[in-house]
Amino acid sequence: MSDDMVTFNVDGNEVSAPAGKLVIEACEDAGVYIPRFCHHERMNPVGMCRMCIVEVDTGRGPALQPSCMLTVSDGMIVDTQSDVTKKAQDGVLEFLLVNHPLDCPVCDKGGECPLQDQTMAYGPGESRFVEEKRHYEKPIPVNDNVYLDRERCILCDRCTRFADEVVGDPLIHFMDRGNQTQVNTFPDEPFASYFSGNVVQICPVGALTAKPYRFKARPWDLAEVDSTYPNAMGDRINVQSSRDQVLRFQGVDSDAVNWGWLADKERFSFEALQSDNRIGSPLMRGGGLNKADADGDELVAASWSQALGSAAKAIADTTPDKVGFVGGARLSNEAQYAWTKLAKGLVGTDNVDAQLGDELPPHALLGLPRATVAEACQPGGVIVLIGCDPKETLGTLYIRLRHAVVEDGAKLIEITPTDTGLTNVASASLRARPGEAGTVARALLAETVSGHIGGVDEDALATARDLLGSGPVTVVLGRGSLSESVDSVLEAADAFLDVDGVRFLQAIGRGNTMGALDMGMSPGLLPGRTSLAAGQDAFSDLWPQLPNSDGMNTAAMLEAGAAGNLDVLVLLGADPINDALDPAVAAKALATVPTVIAVDLFVNDSVSKAHVVFPAAAFTESSGSHTNLEGRITAIRQKVTPPGTARSDLVIAAELARRLGHDLGLETPSDVWEELGPRSAVHGDVSSAAIEADVDGVLITATGRVAFAPPDQAVSREPVNAYALRLVTARRMFDNGTMVQQSPHLAGFAGQASLRVNPYDFNRVGVADGEEVRVSAPKGSVNVAARVDPGVPKGIVVLDYNRSGADARVLLDPGATSIDIRLESKGGKA
Amino acid sequence: MARLNADNERIAHEIIGRYPRKKSALIPLLHLAQEQDGWVTDEAMSHIADLVEVTPAEVLGTCSFYEMFKRHPVGDYHVNICHGIACHLLGADELIHHAEETLGVKGGGTTDDGRFTVEGVECIAACTEAPCLQVNYRFANKVTTQDFDALIADIRSGARSDIPPHGTLAKTRQSIPEERAAGPALVEDAQEPAWLSRNGSDQ
Ligand code: SF4
Ligand code: FES
Ligand code: FES
Repeated sequence: MSDDMVTFNVDGNEVSAPAGKLVIEACEDAGVYIPRFCHHERMNPVGMCRMCIVEVDTGRGPALQPSCMLTVSDGMIVDTQSDVTKKAQDGVLEFLLVNHPLDCPVCDKGGECPLQDQTMAYGPGESRFVEEKRHYEKPIPVNDNVYLDRERCILCDRCTRFADEVVGDPLIHFMDRGNQTQVNTFPDEPFASYFSGNVVQICPVGALTAKPYRFKARPWDLAEVDSTYPNAMGDRINVQSSRDQVLRFQGVDSDAVNWGWLADKERFSFEALQSDNRIGSPLMRGGGLNKADADGDELVAASWSQALGSAAKAIADTTPDKVGFVGGARLSNEAQYAWTKLAKGLVGTDNVDAQLGDELPPHALLGLPRATVAEACQPGGVIVLIGCDPKETLGTLYIRLRHAVVEDGAKLIEITPTDTGLTNVASASLRARPGEAGTVARALLAETVSGHIGGVDEDALATARDLLGSGPVTVVLGRGSLSESVDSVLEAADAFLDVDGVRFLQAIGRGNTMGALDMGMSPGLLPGRTSLAAGQDAFSDLWPQLPNSDGMNTAAMLEAGAAGNLDVLVLLGADPINDALDPAVAAKALATVPTVIAVDLFVNDSVSKAHVVFPAAAFTESSGSHTNLEGRITAIRQKVTPPGTARSDLVIAAELARRLGHDLGLETPSDVWEELGPRSAVHGDVSSAAIEADVDGVLITATGRVAFAPPDQAVSREPVNAYALRLVTARRMFDNGTMVQQSPHLAGFAGQASLRVNPYDFNRVGVADGEEVRVSAPKGSVNVAARVDPGVPKGIVVLDYNRSGADARVLLDPGATSIDIRLESKGGKA
Repeated sequence: MARLNADNERIAHEIIGRYPRKKSALIPLLHLAQEQDGWVTDEAMSHIADLVEVTPAEVLGTCSFYEMFKRHPVGDYHVNICHGIACHLLGADELIHHAEETLGVKGGGTTDDGRFTVEGVECIAACTEAPCLQVNYRFANKVTTQDFDALIADIRSGARSDIPPHGTLAKTRQSIPEERAAGPALVEDAQEPAWLSRNGSDQ
């Protein structure tokens, strides 16, 4: 497509548009809306519905043409208002309505239905159709959450194109022919897609509806606001509520981020926020309802003043080095700044860590040249995927990357231990043995190599090397498997730093981790991507107690806590018992630290061990902003009121500061930017107004002063033991995470953990598919159901992370490069 | 009855090998499955999906589009009587009527003994021979009611061994010797024919 502009005429007005643009879109840009059903700007045109038919003259006289299948050309004359156009549109609608039931009063789509709206605007006033309409069984489930009413379907091909083109899960399809054509699944093969909710959003009629929303509200009763889902992509969403209850999230089309799509994990998680399990009042240890006293051991409701008083007293009674703050990636940027200021500036401790040790370290998140999603996905670019599977962890990033490869000619090279969700579109898949991603990356970038390197043979390396030169390189870097040392991934990143113009996109898991690091929620950091030492001057006037030496990270804080060396541990939305790498130490720390203070939405396993619990407002209940993995700051806007007396994280920090005798000086989100902007090396352009102004938010492009620290020596490689299998842990989209588990329509997807094994290795163990096996590593062992998976290379096993039935952490050893395990059938030795 | 049996699976691989994209083998493989079981079972569709690397839903989408693929059991001999315009004018209706009467089934139905299924079909491209019919894709031309009765009687008596049970398409089983095969080539790699470039665009 060239950048040339062409001039054409629409309804008598000369307008110009880029050559190659579809008439329907060019007209829309010129302010002329052409009705449509099948056309969707994020999918390829098909010309299914004919609703967009208009009179077009390209010099051969006017003729009716579907404007979604035609590109603009110089001198083209488009008439969207002619009698012929109107008659055609009227006719198309009359035909569409032949089989469409008139059950609008009981249809969820009524009130926001393109068919209803366009029939009113362009259609015949009355039906001439007196015959019997086509009948189908009323809604059939195409999966657990999505229902299909085939009578209402107008066969626009949007849902089926989405499934095939956009997400690569063509599990719904047109079946039969002619008058009988219908959308359906294969018998007993549901539309098992992580992205199924999108088809409900794009269906132009009420044929597809989502169970969590069905019959909950009428569109005209909903109030809505655009906001950001605080996942690592920062998906733009529209939050819709009625009577102070959030009832739906819809994707918002942001060019920079999610293009209107959402993964089901995000879309249907609004239910968690409305859950009865939300904490509605402060909790303290005590002997009964509202009896917070020293005698009791239960978590009981308490007043804010009691809870704040007791938390403040515990902090005031000890020294700063004995106070620690764990977590914070759930918080908004503004709340993160407030908590950092409270911890580092007022309490005076540097023991603050928003990360739990299970992701890339801060220097790898802040110190590598960063790409935007759009840069990573540029046409003709080369994407190198290292150590992560975006389909499981970052749904909309997967959609963007897949689009880049399938539609825009980008090339994908994987350096991952097993198949990922993108393997079937990858140009080269280098199956690096666990722990050897770095070696493979170095071999890939070396001029020549011979033989097998890290499990990859020279031919595969040579093929991939040829691709590398074909365009600008972006590395999508993540820490997917926790059984291999993070150094191997860092070594790979270091190797790629030698590539000219390389950029990195870090596939982080926890929501606002980038914001947390930018706000200094990590030992040794201050807000604005600067170190404790370098940033002292900028903050010393407002932050009286700046610590002078680096504090502990999460693992060290938990160790210290377990050893009796911490007096206060503050959990900011963290659940170390379930998320820290060493569950035993985490549990011991929570049992040992005299005062554990938690700020959370739910009583999770760790919060249940706390002494003081503050109920926090969720992202639909307080305003602020979010930083995504690109460093893009977008607005989070309040839509409903928090449950009970829950307050925003920022207000909780301010209240606690007040009890400690300080004025945090921060009451609203804009206070934060006014204070931080001039002091930060990277946030100068950020203000609440700038964030509000653009759907794509404000992108931080400045780099800051944190340098990437490659491992100082090559990662040691464990020899492959022929009798053992090497362990990979895999994060899955649906796991035991709180938001999934608190959403009734998602919780069931998490299922039990399983171990995936190559057929060859599987046969050697001698168990049946799905049978339980014993997995033994040097550090521990678990029993888990084993499944055959040809996508797993020989010699490797993949264990689900954070699912029920088997806790992979038991097998982990943070010091080891890789972990070899043995598999035994539970009946006997393999 | 279910997945393709071992012999047919071997043929399936040969068929797949003829195409640059596995998916292109879908329709011949559906014929193969139908030949094996007389109709296309769900299991066969799942198997084909595996073989050509698409989802079963995509196989069903294609299979259900074509009426000649049956997704329920039919008789050993599938009698397709043409009722296209030419055949219609030359007595297709009477012929269908007669067939239904003598076999004791309605259009689309199968005789109790499971031997015959009768169906009216659209033009089968033998209009000069109207009225005509096909039994398992073998043509019978200018068919009178007597011809029809004789045909059925012959099949019943085993005299028509040239018509194998189930809808066998010779094409499905054709084997192209290596040295005569053009080999699979991608459409986008194909050379533009000389005449097309000579003519320039079609404007
Ligand atoms: S179900 Fe909806 S989106 Fe799918 S084809 Fe029918 S009308 Fe279109
Ligand atoms: S919108 Fe153009 S044919 Fe449907
Ligand atoms: S109409 Fe019967 S063969 Fe053409």
